[in-house]
Amino acid sequence: MLNYFPEEVLEHVFDFVTSHRDRNAVSLVCKSWYSVERFSREKVFIGNCYAVNPERVIARFPRVRSLTLKGKPHFADFNLVPPDWGGYVYPWIEAMAKHGINLEELRLKRMVVSDESLELLAKSFPNFKSLVLVSCEGFTTDGLAAIASNCRFLRELDLQENEVDDRKGQWLSCFPDSCTSLISLNFACLKGEVNAAALERLVARCPNLRSLRLNHAVPLDTLQKILTQAPQLNDLGTGSFVHDPDSETCGKLKNAMKKCKSIRSLSGFLDVNARCLPAVYPICTNLTSLNLSYAPGIYSNDLIKLICHCKKLERLWVCFFIKLIHYTYFFSGVPLSNQGLNWIMQILDTIGDKGLGAVASTCKELQELRVFPSDLYGVGNAGVTEEGLVAISAGCPKLNSILYFCQQMTNAALITVAKNCPNFIRFRLCTLNPTIPDAVTNLPLDEGFGAIVQSCKGLKRLSVSGLLTDQVFLYIGMYAEQLEMLSIAFAGDSDKGMLYVLNGCKKLKKLEIRDSPFGNVALLADVGKYETMRSLWMSSCEVTFGACKTLAEKMPRLNVEIINEGEEIEASPDDRHRVEKMYLYRTLVGPRRDAPDFVWTL
Amino acid sequence: MEGYSKCPQLLDLIPKDKEWVVKRVEKTSHGLSEEKKLELRLGPPGGEWTITDNKNSSFGYNNFSVQNPVSKSPWQQNQMPVMNESSQRCNNRVELQSAEKMKALSPAPANNTAVPNSQKRNAPGPVVGWPPIRSFRKNNIASGSCSKLSSESPDVGPPKVSGPKPAENTGPRSLFVKINMDGIPIGRKVDLKTYDSYDKLSLAVDELFRGLLAAQSDSCAGGMKDKEDREKGIGCLLDGSGEYTLVYEDNEGDRMLVGDVPWHMFVSTVKRLRVLKSSELSTLSCELWKQTGEALSERVIELGRKATILR
Repeated sequence: MLNYFPEEVLEHVFDFVTSHRDRNAVSLVCKSWYSVERFSREKVFIGNCYAVNPERVIARFPRVRSLTLKGKPHFADFNLVPPDWGGYVYPWIEAMAKHGINLEELRLKRMVVSDESLELLAKSFPNFKSLVLVSCEGFTTDGLAAIASNCRFLRELDLQENEVDDRKGQWLSCFPDSCTSLISLNFACLKGEVNAAALERLVARCPNLRSLRLNHAVPLDTLQKILTQAPQLNDLGTGSFVHDPDSETCGKLKNAMKKCKSIRSLSGFLDVNARCLPAVYPICTNLTSLNLSYAPGIYSNDLIKLICHCKKLERLWVCFFIKLIHYTYFFSGVPLSNQGLNWIMQILDTIGDKGLGAVASTCKELQELRVFPSDLYGVGNAGVTEEGLVAISAGCPKLNSILYFCQQMTNAALITVAKNCPNFIRFRLCTLNPTIPDAVTNLPLDEGFGAIVQSCKGLKRLSVSGLLTDQVFLYIGMYAEQLEMLSIAFAGDSDKGMLYVLNGCKKLKKLEIRDSPFGNVALLADVGKYETMRSLWMSSCEVTFGACKTLAEKMPRLNVEIINEGEEIEASPDDRHRVEKMYLYRTLVGPRRDAPDFVWTL
Repeated sequence: MEGYSKCPQLLDLIPKDKEWVVKRVEKTSHGLSEEKKLELRLGPPGGEWTITDNKNSSFGYNNFSVQNPVSKSPWQQNQMPVMNESSQRCNNRVELQSAEKMKALSPAPANNTAVPNSQKRNAPGPVVGWPPIRSFRKNNIASGSCSKLSSESPDVGPPKVSGPKPAENTGPRSLFVKINMDGIPIGRKVDLKTYDSYDKLSLAVDELFRGLLAAQSDSCAGGMKDKEDREKGIGCLLDGSGEYTLVYEDNEGDRMLVGDVPWHMFVSTVKRLRVLKSSELSTLSCELWKQTGEALSERVIELGRKATILR
């Protein structure tokens, strides 16, 4: 019956189908649906830029206006992928420019973006509106200047955690006076100064500005002036938050804050004098998102005072930073030092947990929590323990996403958390000691994570840590039916562990494993599985060169890449040689042509 | 109460000549001598987590060295029971878990006994990429500075570009704070800006209250104090030796012993002063021990913060 609908009707119906997964599904129904869908798709999402090439994307979706691309594997974030590995955006921009694509939005994650690409982007697409770069690198503020100067209708420039070379030019001043269309501007990750007057004028002439995130170099008094001009903001990232708290400026800031009745999201505090924090209390009551994870030196007490004002928080990112342990304490006697230091250590543990206790009592709407480790150079990194997590789970029933770095964990705590919060979609636990056992029983943490996967039926993303045997993977394979991404480090005993996961998790898309004893048997047991997944990363495991070659031979639609670092690069290594780093992914276009010397595609 | 005496007396950590000295009354089971110096030294840059087995530095996630190591690593398991015992008594908050927590703090033995395979994974040396934190975040958190304290972050990523300097607290020309004394209902005010050291403050306080004390004891029933006492003054306020001790309340509401931090830091955080009877102080210290772990921890943190300034 649907075959008798004219295409226009189908197209109209498809307009309501927005998620790319749904659109992918729609396109598989029949040829005519495929055809209608491909001409009407405006937003294209490509989870692995090497799974396909620009020409094929453009050929299939000629009307694409918004492109999202992801490049390097996730473990690149933790320095496991050498520089120059790949993930260049230039070929994509070049191809789209050549084919006259009316590109309006480009969203990139973990890609290499050169100034050249930005310049080409700025000049090739007259309707370009939105640039979002997350964890990218390779560009400088000159590239940003090109964007600012040329994109006449720019609405969004959002730079998140990129490594940008700051040329100390005046990129922000390159926004012409005629630019009044900005809705979102985030340059928090830049290190250099911007011209304060230019910034103030820019804000003043963009009445639709809703989201503004400043960098560290923007001082408090500029922030105060900006807020006075832009009380309509709903997302604010402060720059430096340091000033004499008794000064007139702080007073004016507090008044300006009072007028900003729409701010729902607050971040920044890249440098902070905690005594200035009360200036933000006026907006705390309506905050739904608070990111203090970059704020050094906000002690638990100040944090708690701030949190107590934020009853509507849905998302909280914190870092329990305890100055005491910024310095390592060296003791000359042994046992007393032991006692003293461990005693101090325990107290410090409870500090972080106390802060979380305050969150648990106050933030009943909390859905997402991220707790980053405190100072990495301190002794023992006393920050939070399992107690904090349990408190949060008890106090915040809506919690569905957590990233929790902690000193220690117990099975009992995880079991309690699983009971309290069955709604987790993302559960990422990272013990600072990657193989630490249950702090009470000394057993592996298998049962704890087992409880999590059993209880949280909607779990899509899981990162495990601590002492773990194959048992935990048995649980994961058995219960984690919706799991799409799994991160494993220093875990498991044998190939069985990995096999449980590959056999059990039907919806698995990304599997990344490091320093775990999984080898060839696991790798080769079900080679077809990898075509149902986006990618597999294995580093410092037991997989050999020969097995990787076998896999590559059997599966022509996979790229099996070996990353070879170090001097022992032989022309053809022994098949029995262990492979240090392997990254494989499904692809429609065969081995990539931009792989550097140290990457071999088998 | 009896258990508390085994713990390091927090208020024994009294700075004498700017050095921290821990006084211990009884010996530990290891028979060490009584006075040890609590040396505060800057730690080495860690950056990466280090897994080591059975090495001296195996406790922490950093390289950790003991200045005058006795014979073994402080963190080895055979010393655990001692720690457990006293810490349990000390820290009532930790309760039952302290013993186990202690064990957990030393990863090496636990790893070795629990899982035979772990040897391979616990290779000595820094572990790249653990804990898994984006380098961007690592560099930026570590290089952050608290404007309250000067922090030296050893060896971390790109140095922060210094924006316009945070405004110095040039402040007003005078800084009057209230000062009360135990037993005297009427308080005074002192202008801290007129002094530039603790000694001068102490003298001034002494003079301020001497007269009041005298008047007070005159009007007390009995008036037994003789003239000499009345004119003696309060004695030294700063080292705990006199009848009275000077304390203050800082900008966070915490009660602190005067004299720990450099003068200018004291001036910028003091909100009010109080002269306590030294005997009160030890009562306070008992109170302190009875408080929950949270309060203790605040105290420790304060001391720690102050301590970093001393260095």
